[in-house]
Amino acid sequence: MAKSENELTWQDLEPGCIVTTPGNTTDYKTGDWRSQRPKYNLERCLKCGVCALFCPEGCINKTPKGYFIANPYHCKGCGICAKECPAYVITMEEES
Amino acid sequence: MSKRIGIETSLAIAETVKLVNVDVVAAYPITPQTHIVEHIADLCANGELDAEYIPVESEHSAMSACLGSSAGGARTFTATASQGLELMHEVLYVASGMRLPIVMAVANRAVSAPLSIWGDHSDVMSCRDTGWIQVFVENGQEAVDMTICSFIIAEDPSVLLPFMINLDGFHLSHVIEPIILPDQDEVKAFVPDFNYKYRLDPHNPVAMGDFATPAIFTEAKWANEVALTNSRAVINDVWDRFYKTFGRKYQAVETYKTEDAETLLMTMGSFSETAMTAIDAMREQGRKVGLVRIRLWRPFPFDDIYEAVKECKNLIILDRALSAGGPAGPVASEVKAALYNKSVKPAIVSIVGGLGGRDIHVSDFINMVDIGEKAIKNNDIKPFEIYGVRG
Amino acid sequence: MEDYNIFASRVVTKNEPLAPGHRACIGCGEVLAMRLAAKAFNKNTIVVNATGCMEIIASQVPYNSWRLPWIHTLFENAAAVASGIESAIKVLSRKNRIPEEEIHVVALGGDGATVDIGIQALSGAFERGHNITYICFDNEAYMNTGIQRSSATPFGASTTTSPAGKKSIGQSTWKKDTPSIMVAHNIPYVATACPSYPFDLMEKIEKALSTNGPSYIHIFSVCPTGWRTKSDLAIRLGRLAVETGVFPLYEVENGVYKMNKIETELKPLSLYTKPQGRFKHLNDDQLSAIEARIHSEYEALKEKCELTQVREDM
Repeated sequence: MAKSENELTWQDLEPGCIVTTPGNTTDYKTGDWRSQRPKYNLERCLKCGVCALFCPEGCINKTPKGYFIANPYHCKGCGICAKECPAYVITMEEES
Repeated sequence: MSKRIGIETSLAIAETVKLVNVDVVAAYPITPQTHIVEHIADLCANGELDAEYIPVESEHSAMSACLGSSAGGARTFTATASQGLELMHEVLYVASGMRLPIVMAVANRAVSAPLSIWGDHSDVMSCRDTGWIQVFVENGQEAVDMTICSFIIAEDPSVLLPFMINLDGFHLSHVIEPIILPDQDEVKAFVPDFNYKYRLDPHNPVAMGDFATPAIFTEAKWANEVALTNSRAVINDVWDRFYKTFGRKYQAVETYKTEDAETLLMTMGSFSETAMTAIDAMREQGRKVGLVRIRLWRPFPFDDIYEAVKECKNLIILDRALSAGGPAGPVASEVKAALYNKSVKPAIVSIVGGLGGRDIHVSDFINMVDIGEKAIKNNDIKPFEIYGVRG
Repeated sequence: MEDYNIFASRVVTKNEPLAPGHRACIGCGEVLAMRLAAKAFNKNTIVVNATGCMEIIASQVPYNSWRLPWIHTLFENAAAVASGIESAIKVLSRKNRIPEEEIHVVALGGDGATVDIGIQALSGAFERGHNITYICFDNEAYMNTGIQRSSATPFGASTTTSPAGKKSIGQSTWKKDTPSIMVAHNIPYVATACPSYPFDLMEKIEKALSTNGPSYIHIFSVCPTGWRTKSDLAIRLGRLAVETGVFPLYEVENGVYKMNKIETELKPLSLYTKPQGRFKHLNDDQLSAIEARIHSEYEALKEKCELTQVREDM
């Protein structure tokens, strides 16, 4: 993980603050923004992947068994996957 | 072989852009800069310069296209003046903040209103703090030589900062002078290729232009400040090497007949040559006067200025710009600030003149010295004197 | 997904040039549009981002979400920066300083960056004919600064600078027809798209990138924060915008218009406006008047398709 902005010194910065490890926001946790979490009834799942396609975070990944599950590290709990799932696999429940 | 020819300074700068093999030029016409980019367009059209010439729809886009081109790894040049420089103002900070080594010639001109197409330094004085390396040239030869050196300095991996070459509009931009244009091979050997480590390259992706929170903004600004201050060593080195290769010597601050001088004039830009003639005339009358010319404006040459003026009693500084409602002309303000904490320093008189293209002759410089010496003698130094205003 | 086989999702590339961990609002339709567009980018793509939501959420020293070369400079100049990059690539490859290969330059901007402050730079770049693709993610207001109206805000929408009130209907001007302005530049490819129709969107991006010359795509992007809707409605509302005629999907290839989804009967406008807080002050009469204009514009667009198609056939 890159040093946080509070730890970086001026000498640490590349000229013009260039980021040389692009895509590194994967380190950044957005999962704690969530107030609702997706709950899956996988028995109904068609494994179609529509949820993954429509996820604004791009955080829904295919499991080895072919299901599509949101990564809680990034999932912000918007509920689009639940709304768009053609087989009503997903319901949103309150974060405890 | 280099050749000595009679050529307009603007065209000579364009020819130099060809000599350093610039890759991209993005520019918008504005008087008195236009001859530079017109001639570059000609050179491209004739196949003499293999560059992309982008005829943008505004100066804002000129500098923006330069950002893209420089970030793409291309050697990049543009030129502007006055309102054009003001229109690209916000982009100037981005060029330095993102460390993109764009070179720009500015044919200095007054800023509206009233509209004036004629020369003074008002345009560039609003750009003092944009983070660019900035020089003022005195003549056509220097314009050529500074242009050659500017690319080496700007593109040096330890510098990576944009470079502004200021030349007086009309008084210099439109003057035909005998100028030595170096040979293409000589320049090629002297100016290394631009090899930007971080260019936008799909094979090695980087992200440029992230935003910074308060937690890191100060560090980002300080990193740039250190780079700008440290560029002085590279500037000295390149000018030294230029002297060894081409035989013409340039320093951040130049002095003329300053030994034993009690009163020094200080100028910046092409009027310095007239000022030298005035010094000669006064010396003939037995007056102990000399001249200090500032070439490097950013990074500001604090030590060089102090060295140049520490022995004199009176210092009379000419500014071709008015710092509205401020303490003095911009150059005088900075010199005063540079000397304030020194225990031995001259009395300083700030004179603002030569605005909007008004000429300053030898007799005017002599007059300024008279005005300055009198004010100091009578202990009647005003924040600044406006020279030659009627009424 | 009614028009497509739902299983088509599985053949979409796994490639995610936009990494997760970005800081877009919950349920953001714009970042989804950007993510889908990015999936259709070739790996030889350089991304230029105007200042705005999409720039702020993807970048913050020392982080960046883009796995492609990416540059942000200012608000109004993305098209000009893209011109410079395209020119650099052209000359450096001509001079054999970089490998000769096709590199796409794609500029991204929000509606403010595109249709207001950046329209001059965009018009200049298109007129000069640079081989660039410009994508406008239109969420119909300045959302990054707090929901101020832009010239892309629809008539009647309440924003913080066009608030609805006793003497105000909200936005009092009609949405600027930006795709038509782009068509007027005689560029080879202009299209509209919406992430609710992901395959259409991705096909258009691919088409734009493979176009030789300037191309423009205007993407309708639902903003739950600015439109005051629930966070799970981005796809539904995008679909309704198309089905009600608010945002028709079409493309213009070398001046020839083609509708990509023709509605035989437009759905009632209220289905689209009702879930949105920005329209909640509108009464039935006002809605009907707006709907009438939408319908007449829809007909005009269909006519344009027929006329230009006939011209093409001749």
